[in-house]
This record gives sequence, structure tokens and C-alpha cells, in this order.
Amino acid sequence: MSILSARSLSVRFETPRGTLQAVNDVSLDVNERETVGLVGESGCGKSTLGKALMRLVPAAEGRIFVSGQDITRLGSKAIAAIRSDVQMIFQDPYGSLNPRHTVGKIIGQPLSVAGWKRADIKARVCELVDKVGLPQAALDRFPHEFSGGQRQRIGIARALALNPKVVICDEPVSALDVSVRAQVINLMKDLQAETGVSFLFISHDLSVVEHISDRLLVMYLGRVVESGKAADIWPAPAHPYTAALLAAAPVANPKLARSRTRKTLQGELPSPLNPPQGCAFHTRCPIAQARCHEERPLLRSIEGHAGRQVACHFDLVTHQKTPDLAATETSYVSA
Amino acid sequence: MLALTEDKRPQPGRDAGPLLSVDEIEVTLFTRAGKLTAVDRLSLEVKSGETLAIVGESGCGKSISALALMGLLPWPPAKLTHGKVVLEDRDLARLSEREMQDVRGKDLAMIFQDPMSSLNPVLTVGEQIVEVIARHDPASRKAMRERALELMRKVKIPDAERRFGDYPHQLSGGMNQRIVIAMAIACQPKLLIADEPTTALDVTIQAQILELMKDLQAETGMGLIIITHDLGVVAETADRVLVMYAGRKVEEGTVDTVFDEPLHPYTRGLMGATPSATDQPHGRLSEIPGSVPALAALPVGCAFNNRCPSAFERCFAERPVLTRPAAGRQVACFAVQQEGA
Repeated sequence: MSILSARSLSVRFETPRGTLQAVNDVSLDVNERETVGLVGESGCGKSTLGKALMRLVPAAEGRIFVSGQDITRLGSKAIAAIRSDVQMIFQDPYGSLNPRHTVGKIIGQPLSVAGWKRADIKARVCELVDKVGLPQAALDRFPHEFSGGQRQRIGIARALALNPKVVICDEPVSALDVSVRAQVINLMKDLQAETGVSFLFISHDLSVVEHISDRLLVMYLGRVVESGKAADIWPAPAHPYTAALLAAAPVANPKLARSRTRKTLQGELPSPLNPPQGCAFHTRCPIAQARCHEERPLLRSIEGHAGRQVACHFDLVTHQKTPDLAATETSYVSA
Repeated sequence: MLALTEDKRPQPGRDAGPLLSVDEIEVTLFTRAGKLTAVDRLSLEVKSGETLAIVGESGCGKSISALALMGLLPWPPAKLTHGKVVLEDRDLARLSEREMQDVRGKDLAMIFQDPMSSLNPVLTVGEQIVEVIARHDPASRKAMRERALELMRKVKIPDAERRFGDYPHQLSGGMNQRIVIAMAIACQPKLLIADEPTTALDVTIQAQILELMKDLQAETGMGLIIITHDLGVVAETADRVLVMYAGRKVEEGTVDTVFDEPLHPYTRGLMGATPSATDQPHGRLSEIPGSVPALAALPVGCAFNNRCPSAFERCFAERPVLTRPAAGRQVACFAVQQEGA
């Protein structure tokens, strides 16, 4: 059963230079005990989508459901009740913790907002600190006394305080060092196994997303261009953009890195204020054809591949013409 | 199927003497709490056409080592207190600030992580490239403008004429990093130091910038030092790797030997903690317990002993020195020494 869903969700921002369509007609489902990875380059709308699902930015169109309940138009009182089910972890473990509050107060805050009794809060906070691997002594200290990785543990403890059903994680490990990043990823997986919480994991780091996700959504200029099981997409991406992202990710293996016939994606993300006509990716796509300049491909299921969707007229799975980018991927995975 | 292609990277001259030879540099921080050693007797060499990657986590001393090479240490509190930095046959550590200003930007150039903070926000990007040329290789306005445009085309900035008059805020992060690279290579430096050059960029743009740097190196034969925390970037670009921990070199070797057979437990830990294509998906990443110790609170003995799975008594009593288990290979670890003995 789906814990968190969006149907045709759109978010628009009015800017002095016109309307910016940050999220465009996005639908998604996060199921119980599931980790859904949301990937794309900066500016593709992935963080805005995360905030919109939390109702931190208003949705222009579409609907958001939490455990089947439509929360799109709920008032601020009603939405406060939903907050215990949907929580968030942020990228910057420095900016997301109040420097004037003790760790105990920070972790207990969601509980006191939810109206817990003081004694109950204290017990729960002690339990949480333990769960995320921090010493009890941490409770009376302030955020600046902790390293980045420890601060992210504090953020995780706060997010889990009310036993949420789903946590939206916006680049939770991007600011962390390699050795600490592994600790935090392992902690998140352990907590998921223990509590059954679902994660929507937003990241630009493909190796981390691959490692942690059951399903993937790939976004480009506000739209989902590919979705499906991570295990299906990784070896054989259907959208040329997904293929390009995978090809661009550096591989920590020098022999493999040298043997890859790497085709770097040319050009940069076009301005979301003025997205290209037709398929938004055609300006950078290695296999774009005349049709792609005129007609925007709809997100459709790939025949014979259950659960996979792609928005491409000439997707790499159906049209096995294996252009350069697909060839790159074959070599990347087989080794 | 593995699509094998030949290695197109320039083969560094194996017999040629080093372009840069850094001998036991020590950087000391003079703080209110006392003297701290941020870089502890670090030695390294780079040949023309060669890429050396310096890897380590935040606070390991990799960036401050680069600043020491450039003569850009922020005083106070940082000072080069020992060692030589020999570029070709000149010891840069003994040059005056004025002499160093002639070296920087000409023989030795550096690019930083955040292109926005290395660029002047109130000058057009074209003017900033011209400024570098005017400082080291002055010519007529027109000639310098032409040269700047040529550099912009070389770093693949589309529509260079139009971009010349743009300000940094009008360009994307990737484009700004290209401008910074254009400034760095303006006077054909012999050595380029790149400190986390792609960390702030998207993965597709990172691939473009790494490729650009490789192409420029192949063309000019410059030596390159890439400082990074990303082992993927190391594998993609480097000929040799130097791993730093708490201000010291703990391991060095060619990129193939270090990735095939990492010796130091810290290097092994870093590799295990990096998710990779060969991993079992959803498997546990191996983690290095604890976190990097503060410089003021380094443990006695080996600085890694409190996080190390192989530590034994000796590691808590003495500091391991670098040994050479094989030609071109260095490691500072008692456990490795014991194994080898």
C-alpha cells in the first residue's frame, strides 16, 4: 500500500522573468518499507518536489496523498497532524539544527509540538539518541560540538521521533566525508529494517542512490523522464538522459574507467524559465530526431517490462539500436 | 561485454626528472591553543604530463598543502615551517612574495572548488582573463582580448564573443569553472593544482570538466595535481595517488596498484566505504568507525589507531614512518610492515 503518493503534481514559481515551472505533472508512489530514489541534476526540480510533498511549497496543480488521505488542501491545523507521518532530513547538517538549542531539545521538539508529556518526551529522546548511535551525554550539548556526521545523526533522530511512515531525505549524505557517509547510509538502512519507515531519497549522487534505492525516478527539467526498479534501470537505462547520467558518474576503478568509451553529455541544463519545445532533453540528446524537436514524449510504460516507464520516443530498451551511450553502459555494468 | 579501448592518456616521461619536487614540507598553525601541525613532513613529486591525485577527507591537510605549494598560506595562523618546494630548479619556499607573484599564474596555477568565489563579481569574465594576461604577458588591448577569446574557445565556452562581456552571475557553475580554467592556463603553466575542481558541479558537468582538463594536459604537457575526496575522480584522472590522513602521507603509489591492492587500512576503509558498480546492491557498506580526529587532539602513536581494525600495541606507542614495500610505493603502517616481514 502506498504511504505517500502524488498525482499530476505541479509547482510553479512566479519570478520577475516569468513563470518557472519547477515541477511539472509528476506522479509517484512510495510504498511501505520502500526506498525510492529521486535523481537528476541541480535545477531539475527534485528538491522542490520534496518540499511540495511536505506541503512546504504550495502545489499549483495535482494532489498529494498520505496513506490514502488527500492532504493537498488541508488547513494548517490538519496538516500539523499529518506531519507526524511525513518527516524530512536536510542536506546541510549545520543549517538545519538550531545552534541555540541543546540536542535533547532539538530531538524532542517534534514531540512537544505533537503535545507529548514532558516525561514521555524525555524517555523517547533517550531512546532515539541511542538508536542513532550517539552517547546519552550528547543530549545536553549543542550542535556546534558535533561533527557533520554526528549532526546528521541528530537530524535523523529528530525526523524519526514521531515514528513517521515516510521520511523525505534531501541529499542527506552529500555534505559528509566518505567514511562518515557510509556510516549514515548504513544507519538509515538499519533503521528502515527496524521500524519499517519508507524513504524518498533525493540525491544527485548516483552511486549512493543505486546502493540504497528499490525504485528510481529520474527527473529532467521538472518532469519524470524514467521510472522503475533500480535493478532494472541500472543495467539497461531506457532514457538517453539516464544513460548519460550513469555514463558520467565516475567509477572508482581505474582500469574500468580507462576502458570505458565515455561519451560525455554535451551542453548544460537549459533554463527552466524557457524550456525547449518538444522533448526538453533534445538539445543535449545524442539520439534526438526531428520528431523530438516538435512533439513532447509522454511518460508511458515500456512494453514487456512491468513497472518501467519512460518519456522518450526512441527509448533504448524498446529500440535496441544501442547508440554510443547505451554501449557505454553495457561495458560499465558487465565488469 | 567490455569495450576495450587503448589508453589515450599521455604517458608521463618515466626517465625525466620531476617538474615539481616537494621535500618534507611542514605547515604549522600558530593558534591561541598552541602550535598545531597541519601538514607533517609531506614529500611528493610530479613530472611533466603526469597527474597526481591527493586524496583524503576534510581536515586531512590536502588543501592547505596545496596553498603551501602556491605560497598562499593564510598568515596568521598558517606558516611553512620546514621543507622545500622545488619547481624545476627553483626553491619556491625561499622566494619573496614579490618573486612568488611572478611565479603564480605563470609557472604555477591553481583552481578552486567554488568558481564563484574565485571570480570577481563586478568584472566581466573576459576582463578577468585579460587581467591575468596583462600581469604576466602584456600586449596591446586588442591582442590580449583576442588571446582571451581564444582561451575561452579552448575551454569550450560556446559563443565566446558574446560571453566575453558577461558577469560571473550570468553564467552557470560549469561555465564559470571553465573561465577559471581559462585564467589558470592563460600563461601556459608548467603545473596546475586543482583543489576539488568538480565537487560543486553536477555529474554530467563534472565529466565535461575532467575531460577538458585531460585534453588540455595532453596538449600542453603540464603537470597536474588534483585534490579530491572522490575516489571515482581519482580513478578517472590520476596516474599516481597520494592518500593523506591527519596531515601526513599514509600511502602513495600508481593508481592501478593502489586501487588493486590498497595497503594502508585507511585507504582500504575509504575504498570499502565507496559504493561502486561491483557492489552487491543493498549490501552493507563497510564503514570506518568514528571520525577524523581534531588536529589538537591527535592520538599518540599512529593518528589512525583509534579507527583502525588492524591496530596493535606498537601503533599506540610510536608513529609509523613511510616504508617502501615496492618501487614507487610508499605506506606508513606497522601492520603492513609486520605482514611484509
